[in-house]
Amino acid sequence: MAAQELATLESHQYDVLVIGSGGAGLRAAVQAAAVPGVSVGIIGKSLLGKAHTVMAEGGVAASLGNLDQWDGWETHFYDTMRSGHFINNYRIVEVFAKEAAERVLELEEWGAVFDRTPDGKIMQRPFGAHTFRRLAHIGDRTGMELLRTLQYKAISQNIDVFQEVTVTKLFRDENGAVSGALAYYRATGKFVLFRAKAVVLATGGWGKLYKVTSNSWESTGDGAALAFRIGAELMDMEMVQFHPTGMVWPPGVRGLLVTEGVRGEGGLLYNSEGERFMLTYDPERKELSSRDVVARSIYKEVQAGRGTPHGGAWLDITHRGPEFIKRKLPGMYEQYLTLADVDITKEKFEVAPTCHYTMGGVRVEPETCATNIPGLFAAGEVACGLHGANRLGGNSLADLLVFGRRAGDGALAYIQGRDDVADVPGSEIEAEMQRVLRPFSISQGENPYQIHEDLQEIMSNHAGIVRDQGMLEEGLAKLLELKERAQNMAITGSQVYNPGWHAVFDVQSMLTIAELIFRGALARKESRGAHWRTDYPDELPEMGQWNFVQDLDGDAVRVREVAVPVMPQELAQLFERGMAPGVYASQQQAKEK
Amino acid sequence: MAQPVQAAVEGRKQAEKHLPYWVEPAFTIVALGGFVIYAIWEVLAHNNGTYHNYVSPFFSPGVAGWFGIHVLTALYVVWVPFIFRFSCYYYRKEYFRGFFFHPAGCAVSEPASHKNKRYTGERRFPFNLNNLHRYAWYLAVIVLIFLWKDTVQAFIFKNGFGVGLGSIILLINAVLLTGYTFSCHAFRNMIGGRKDCFSCANGKPSTGYKWWRRVSVWNQFHGAWAWASLFSVWAADLYIRLLISGVFSDPRLF
Amino acid sequence: MSEEIVLSIYRGDADGGQEVEYSVPLTPGMVVLDAVHQVQAHQAQDLAVRWNCKAAHCGSCSAEINGRPKLLCKTRLDDYVGQTVHILPMQTFPIIKDLVSDVSWNYEVAKKIPAFKPATAVPFRMQQFDVDRVQEFHHCIECFLCQDVCHVLRDHDAKDEYFGPRFMVKIAEYEMHPREGGDRIPLLAHEAGLNMCNVTKCCTEVCPQHIRITDNAIIPLKERVADQYWDPLRALFRRKKESPTNQSV
Repeated sequence: MAAQELATLESHQYDVLVIGSGGAGLRAAVQAAAVPGVSVGIIGKSLLGKAHTVMAEGGVAASLGNLDQWDGWETHFYDTMRSGHFINNYRIVEVFAKEAAERVLELEEWGAVFDRTPDGKIMQRPFGAHTFRRLAHIGDRTGMELLRTLQYKAISQNIDVFQEVTVTKLFRDENGAVSGALAYYRATGKFVLFRAKAVVLATGGWGKLYKVTSNSWESTGDGAALAFRIGAELMDMEMVQFHPTGMVWPPGVRGLLVTEGVRGEGGLLYNSEGERFMLTYDPERKELSSRDVVARSIYKEVQAGRGTPHGGAWLDITHRGPEFIKRKLPGMYEQYLTLADVDITKEKFEVAPTCHYTMGGVRVEPETCATNIPGLFAAGEVACGLHGANRLGGNSLADLLVFGRRAGDGALAYIQGRDDVADVPGSEIEAEMQRVLRPFSISQGENPYQIHEDLQEIMSNHAGIVRDQGMLEEGLAKLLELKERAQNMAITGSQVYNPGWHAVFDVQSMLTIAELIFRGALARKESRGAHWRTDYPDELPEMGQWNFVQDLDGDAVRVREVAVPVMPQELAQLFERGMAPGVYASQQQAKEK
Repeated sequence: MAQPVQAAVEGRKQAEKHLPYWVEPAFTIVALGGFVIYAIWEVLAHNNGTYHNYVSPFFSPGVAGWFGIHVLTALYVVWVPFIFRFSCYYYRKEYFRGFFFHPAGCAVSEPASHKNKRYTGERRFPFNLNNLHRYAWYLAVIVLIFLWKDTVQAFIFKNGFGVGLGSIILLINAVLLTGYTFSCHAFRNMIGGRKDCFSCANGKPSTGYKWWRRVSVWNQFHGAWAWASLFSVWAADLYIRLLISGVFSDPRLF
Repeated sequence: MSEEIVLSIYRGDADGGQEVEYSVPLTPGMVVLDAVHQVQAHQAQDLAVRWNCKAAHCGSCSAEINGRPKLLCKTRLDDYVGQTVHILPMQTFPIIKDLVSDVSWNYEVAKKIPAFKPATAVPFRMQQFDVDRVQEFHHCIECFLCQDVCHVLRDHDAKDEYFGPRFMVKIAEYEMHPREGGDRIPLLAHEAGLNMCNVTKCCTEVCPQHIRITDNAIIPLKERVADQYWDPLRALFRRKKESPTNQSV
């Protein structure tokens, strides 16, 4: 079957190939295609404009200073480093904080329509652990606006868009540089080969590893797994963010995101005894503490028996009044009304932590987003280094704009002077085709949906919001067992739009990633940010010096400690005053007066 | 928690119920069709629509009289409200659904006979004339001015100010027709809708914006205004017709 | 857990097919998409359905449930207790398989619309009340249910004459943007086929985002087209106004 398909294989050739058509991918493609003569292709696992970016609700963080004049890149830098518990790559954060505002304005130029301040500028809302009001937003559907804007920007340019295409393998040429990808059309099951001078990975995270998650089906870590299998270095894999507020009830919507915007706009958290417990856990920042802290607080309240009927906390925003809520949080209002029969303008509602974001990912260079594999770039959630141990709300949307653009530029710089596109040997293609088609030839094998369910069970129980050595070791053992079973996944039906078949590759990616989460979590013997170990409950300074980098050593996973880059003096001094740079500057000025 | 959820589900289920799709077109056929038949009868069979100080909306203003014409006098006026309503965005929905089955209901297949005919929507004659709705509106406003004159006159009896049942009916009719006329989509465009920026002059809401906002609110109920004013015209005319034919006399309330 | 509900799901492809019945256990708050997933995981692995977010943000899971165009993820199953739930793919577009239809035509149309072209440089100064009107259009999730229900496309298959409601909303979004410098009125009057629409409002009825497509996008655009093409009085005024500028150029 494979040999026959090889003879008639559809093939495309691009200067820059972008894998992933979410925000980061589109931004990278837009950047690359802006240069005349550069051919750009973009591949998405879904239809264009459906990527997980649409799920981002609260806003995009950028120190525009439209409401708080003291905000600036230094304070954004300060907030991001602090929330990341200082295992972020300082240079990535610096680039990010400096460029975010420009990227947001660029969106406005391309047609995004943000909410406005009374004097007509872009409105910014407060968010957890941001010192100032910083999140530019459009109600509670900022991600959708951002994605739609980039989508229409992209189609107005000369970019070839491949929708509903799954990439199953990346290829490297004899020099070790990336040379292309093999993929198949989900609609027809036909294979398609992409050869490219440079490849940008923008495939997002892997939240679907967990049962209770705010992520869409796409977040299966394909890009990270594809890159890992050809030798890329992955970092901080133990860092999985649990968003404090996901829906709890009814079961069908468990995990669905409740935007942090609810708390940003004044929502308050209560336990079953009517106590505003965040006052105890973080008296300073209260409900708007960082996500790791709030999620853990809710978890602790539920463990202490003060949870709501379905095991969460109460979130209450009724005091802001129906008109305000419907205007500022229309999506949340509608979501609760239709899916949970709860009118959030009249009653409090249940929320509980849900898997939301993966801080870890492919290790990249700050300036160009280049990975350790020549010609391979990564941006967005699949990349690593910006968020450290905990991501701030709103930073992911800014991340994909800033680094989507930088990855596009990085790829452009890389292809300079490279005239030829390397060939991919037919034997490699055929071998991959055979691997992809194998599940059709197995009878009486494992059901991929079942493997996925079992995997989620393992991850939720053994590598969830709370961890310890025994729990992790047991989980890893179970996982390795499951991996064996997964060798034997079988499916029925044809190659035409067959979700069972598609699930096989999603599951394979997730299994690859799951092991790295366990190994990273076992290596980090401390609690830091989102990584909470009951056997090492404290943040340990000696651990804070390291990122855990994993790559393949033959067939085995190798875990290495790599030193966290040390900030130069001019950045380090921002943290010496014990307060945010913007706050310090405003106090200095007040004193002078 | 379990119980309130259940209760809410019950409440929501009732809200979800849909009427069968044919109810709306059937209502249109009966109501609109009935009115048109009544109007034809009224126009063709009568030359007078005045009873003391009451004037039927079918016969106002008395254009025919200005030119000394005394037959089919309503004909010289009713064409204005007719083209206004025919080109109205709301009635277009109703008659395309009710009379033309284009379509009869949402996701309801059109009749097989449509398959062989080329559909051109509102691109061809006569439906492209619907684009002139604004001109129909200008004329309708003129008629409306006379209607208010008639309404004032309906409160002035031989012995001075008074209120009869007819005065009330004509007043209600004038109010509903005003609501209908000024919730018009074309008017909404004229009054400010065609502007893209409402604050560009000085950063403050322009007068056009304030009007546009107000008209937009009324416009949401344009369909309701349309039906209500149709029935009020019908009722007002029928009432005066019955007074003229002496079926009963107008009760004076005040 | 005990209650079961019967789904009758279309199984087939371009060569035809028929509805197949599946029975799934009803759990509280279950939506139709959950039930379809149940079937997929336990009874028919290869049942094709398109979905992403399961939160009515992405607009992937459009289908027709008991004859009404709806999002599978937003339709509660307990609305149908005691009935068989018939689930069909969108009828206006060619079928790929089962509940998945080929919506690529929409993406082709999208390319024909000239991109946003601001008349002034960013950052813009616009008031919230200026942008309220266009923000409504930005709610669109591109589920294409309006395209599906539009009889111009559905019954008359006039896809080469009319862009469909979704793209009227898109054009309105650009045209009514306070800072837009481009002009898409000629496009609307001709290629986009605005007047193929006879304002029967089904697009508005099915819109899961409650965008008032007809009243707020299509009709105002029709009025703008009339401003330019059907209003001799305005044309006269315009000519008078424009002539001095024309001379100076």
